[in-house]
Amino acid sequence: MSMIAENKKEFISRLSRTSISIPEELKSLAEATLENTDLPTTRNEHWKYTRVAKLSKIDFKNSAGNVQNIEDFIIDPTKATFVFVNGHYAADLSSTEIPEGVTVELLSDSGMTSSIIKNEGEVFNALNTTHLIDGASITIADKAQVETPIQVIHILDGNEQLSNFKTVINAGAFSKANIVEGFFATEGSEKSFANVTAEIKVGANAFLTIDKVQFENEASFHISTEQIEQDKDSTFTINTITLNGGLVRNNLNVDVIGENCTTHLNGAYILKGKQHVDNHSIMDHKVPNCESHELYKGVMDENSTAVFNGKVYVRKDAQKINAFQSNRNVLLSDNAAVNSKPELEIYADDVKCSHGSTTGQLDDDAIFYLRARGLSRRAATQLLVSAFITEVIDHIENENVRAFTFDLLKKRYGWDVTPEDFH
Amino acid sequence: MIKIDNLHANIEGKEILKGLSLEVKAGEIHAIMGPNGAGKSTLASVLAGREEYEVTEGSVQFDGEDLLEMDTEDRAREGLFLAFQYPVEIPGVSNVNFLRTAINETREHKKEDPISAKDFMAMVREKSALVELDSKLASRSVNEGFSGGEKKRNEIFQMAMLNPKLAILDETDSGLDIDALRIVANGVNTLKSDKNATIVITHYQRLLDYIVPDFVHVLYDGKIVKTGTKELALQLEEKGYDWIKEELAN
Repeated sequence: MSMIAENKKEFISRLSRTSISIPEELKSLAEATLENTDLPTTRNEHWKYTRVAKLSKIDFKNSAGNVQNIEDFIIDPTKATFVFVNGHYAADLSSTEIPEGVTVELLSDSGMTSSIIKNEGEVFNALNTTHLIDGASITIADKAQVETPIQVIHILDGNEQLSNFKTVINAGAFSKANIVEGFFATEGSEKSFANVTAEIKVGANAFLTIDKVQFENEASFHISTEQIEQDKDSTFTINTITLNGGLVRNNLNVDVIGENCTTHLNGAYILKGKQHVDNHSIMDHKVPNCESHELYKGVMDENSTAVFNGKVYVRKDAQKINAFQSNRNVLLSDNAAVNSKPELEIYADDVKCSHGSTTGQLDDDAIFYLRARGLSRRAATQLLVSAFITEVIDHIENENVRAFTFDLLKKRYGWDVTPEDFH
Repeated sequence: MIKIDNLHANIEGKEILKGLSLEVKAGEIHAIMGPNGAGKSTLASVLAGREEYEVTEGSVQFDGEDLLEMDTEDRAREGLFLAFQYPVEIPGVSNVNFLRTAINETREHKKEDPISAKDFMAMVREKSALVELDSKLASRSVNEGFSGGEKKRNEIFQMAMLNPKLAILDETDSGLDIDALRIVANGVNTLKSDKNATIVITHYQRLLDYIVPDFVHVLYDGKIVKTGTKELALQLEEKGYDWIKEELAN
């Protein structure tokens, strides 16, 4: 343990403390956590299937990188696109035609006045606080109906870069908006690490949709924590699409604090090589009369591993909750693996909840049937896995995000799928 | 068209086909009848290339090529079609999408250009009308939520789309009411030409009132033991199979 603790200090020893204005109390709490907390090991229940020890062996640096071309990283053609490289804002790569009703500030300008992210005992969140490079703070005004998506693109560029990056989203009462987030790495970037946090507040009766696409590379690390707070009558949707990244851990925590809310958590992960992707979610129903729908689906090939741990809490007085959770996986290789752990903790007595997890291989009879009509084994497999994963991708309302996802599937997996084929 | 010679096949070490021989020429319809367990569906599966079956002896020539050397998909691309006894449900994959892929992979195999979207849709309309399959069903997920009759009509719709040289109908008539049977038979008869051939595997003579065979074979204990014309089917319907077993015993 002490070895890791020592290494932990070592691995960030070349990085400087944040220059962003953060309340002292928060800063010192984060400093204390960083000082006193080891990197989690697999003995820690929350990290049982995900090893992060190799992070401690890298001597991380941070620089603004040198990215010239972001053509491949543009998910939505929106003119409100904010690009960050290794956590640093890249003004020349961004376009800042911000739609009416939206304010976007850099955290380096606005500073932070408060935080809903848990720093205590959470070493990656604490590191993100103490060494925060920069981030975007997006505010949707009350009643603003924003048609144009706001896009935040984060790019890892170079070797052994550690980016501590953050987004803050405040969706005002009765507002409606779509935020698109993309996480990428430039070709040849090795052993770089995006350590990301997001703090999201969804106001009363607001509709907020986040589409998050992760396409870093097989030599990259990505750990993110999204903390969401949903006020009454609001609808929050997050679609997390993970297609590339060496080690990816997504912590998604939703606190529903107002009644009559709807929450959709959708996730798709398609992995190959030695990729390891871990989705941890906590859906916390603290008040009555809400519903949540969680659907995560994955396809694992070669030596890849996926972890799903989804927890749904229904607190004592949170009656009339409808909470559904489903995790389904397809393994395409004997060496691929899934650790799936759906959990329900219900303390109320008048609720409708379900959860389920399946892992299997493709149906041999279906493959034979398709081959008997002239499809190659490869085409048959592709058709079946596409159909399987399209159920999740179909939940994405933003057509550009959908099309971009199918493009990436073609680029990385050779899947030639036309989305319309499945309607 | 197809020449099966002394075919022996096992599944899980159990011999099912024990020296089956059969020749089908272009323009012909052959019916294969036989009691349960005789090997009728095994024959269909072996010809389509199901990997659970092991061929231990014999040969199958399909248009002069060694069929048994071909992968399942190549057999299909070369013009062999199996209408499944139990069509598989494939959620999320639309009928037309997979048929377009199938047609284009077959065209690519023959070094032809892909079919245009317009021609393809026109073909879907024409061929689905042939088997009175609602065009909405044609574009739904493959067989998902289809009734038994709709599944069988969908098989014939796919056959019409793929226009095979040799179609093998594996108990396509089972479970069909008389109206669905007529529709299926009408589809098969319309597709028939002097360039293609059909093997009808069935339990019941009833289908042969609608699809009139040139030859009727009795498959028993892994071999063709008797061959006749359509009158043989009527005889079987009337007398069952015991008299054939007796004939064999003597």
